[in-house]
Amino acid sequence: MTQHSNQQAQRKAAMAVLAHAEAGEIAARLRNLSLPDHQDLRAPENGLVMLRGRVGGDGAPFNLGEATVSRAAVRLASGEVGFGYTLGRNSEKARLIALCDALVQSRDFGGAVERDVIAPLREQLMIRRKQAAEAAAATKVDFYTMVRGEG
Amino acid sequence: MYVAVKGGERAIENAHRLLAHKRRGDQSVAEIGLDQISEQLGLAVDRVMSEGSLYDRELAALAIKQARGDLIEAIFLVRAFRATLPRFGASEPVDTGAMRVQRRVSATFKDIPGGQTLGPTFDYTHRLLDPSLAEGFVPEAPAMAEASIAPTPRVTDILGRDGLIESSPEAEDGASVGDLTREPLNFPADRDLRLQNLARGDEGFLLAMGYSTQRGYGRNHPFVGEIRFGEVEVDFVAEDVGFAVPLGAIELTECQMVNQFKGSATEAPCFTRGYGLAFGQSERKTMSMALVDRALRARELGEEALAPAQDEEFVMSHSDNVQATGFVEHLKLPHYVDFQSELGLLRKLRQEFSKAFADANTPEAMKEAAE
Repeated sequence: MTQHSNQQAQRKAAMAVLAHAEAGEIAARLRNLSLPDHQDLRAPENGLVMLRGRVGGDGAPFNLGEATVSRAAVRLASGEVGFGYTLGRNSEKARLIALCDALVQSRDFGGAVERDVIAPLREQLMIRRKQAAEAAAATKVDFYTMVRGEG
Repeated sequence: MYVAVKGGERAIENAHRLLAHKRRGDQSVAEIGLDQISEQLGLAVDRVMSEGSLYDRELAALAIKQARGDLIEAIFLVRAFRATLPRFGASEPVDTGAMRVQRRVSATFKDIPGGQTLGPTFDYTHRLLDPSLAEGFVPEAPAMAEASIAPTPRVTDILGRDGLIESSPEAEDGASVGDLTREPLNFPADRDLRLQNLARGDEGFLLAMGYSTQRGYGRNHPFVGEIRFGEVEVDFVAEDVGFAVPLGAIELTECQMVNQFKGSATEAPCFTRGYGLAFGQSERKTMSMALVDRALRARELGEEALAPAQDEEFVMSHSDNVQATGFVEHLKLPHYVDFQSELGLLRKLRQEFSKAFADANTPEAMKEAAE
């Protein structure tokens, strides 16, 4: 894997966790880091994304309906540019994701943000998903066939 | 002639003030919070998101509160809100096969890979009112069981492997995805536009249309191949970022209806399909949508299209409850000038009638008629 695509995969994986976290949780985790100087490259903005499905689940795409999305971009003093996109209208969350995305790309902070922010949030997310899966699993149907007569 | 009517401003202002008062109701009763609506009236929120065509639980809850629980009014509010925001683009199509399934049932196969999971459902409840819910009800914690990590493929994909069911239509190269929020509707409409229209269509209308096909008006012999409900991830290719960015997850319900065969001299017979997809847990909606989607394919499948549910212009032109309520409800707004001209016309017609009647009943006319 090239370094570029490796970093891209890392950024995506971080975003996939952050998008599921509350803004307050991300902010609380970030307070454990001594953050570098940074500024808004683009002020947070709310808008819409048209969500698409596929005919039959696997066929040609169609427009299902829109969702609200908030986005932001942040630049670190050292030059790294991070982007934040998330469902909903929480612009602070979009900004925090953008900041994390910039930190993930930074040589000095990449390790720390993964260890102190992303990893614990990922663990929480996995616990929530596991609980939901286990609650659903308890409603799984066990079919059995009644034996008729005496055989 | 256009006549401006003035007056009524104070009445309107006071009517809105009275509405706000009525909306709040008895102020000795606690005010309802958006979180309460979202958490405890979740299926109403799902419906407003689906038909409002905007996935945002908090906005849908606000709309329900503002509309005093009138869901069509709430849907109207959500539709109006979406017009105030810019569109960043379109998501990658969601993969319902990778859904984190909370509920998944098939009426066609008992043993589906990944199993049948009932999830939170009204099915098999006795539909008896439960007085214990009236106040202070604390539910038991849900039962837990070890979750399998086996994949849960769509049932239609399994049938498809044996060629027993038609495959989903592939996208044509370079074809754009139709969007009825951007272009006016033209007929005949392609399946992408039809599904978009049905996805935001009124649940009651689609239910009645789907029901009509079962009762023989465009019968198509449906089975529920699968209904699944759960979370799917949404990715969006953001140009500034340069790759598909994960936006988070949405809850969706998908219904795969499996219908009676088609075949031809060159093609072996196989099951046909209808498809339903909607925001949140919306089973009645997606089942109805799938029935109507299949009915609207009559022409494509070489069936006689005689029933209302098979008439795409009829279905698509009447499915939208915001348009429908706009046109029906506008009748109560002042039509004084229109009505004055109708009244003038009617008076003239009545005068002409009286004159003709009198002329026909003069003594001479009676005598002529008698001869």
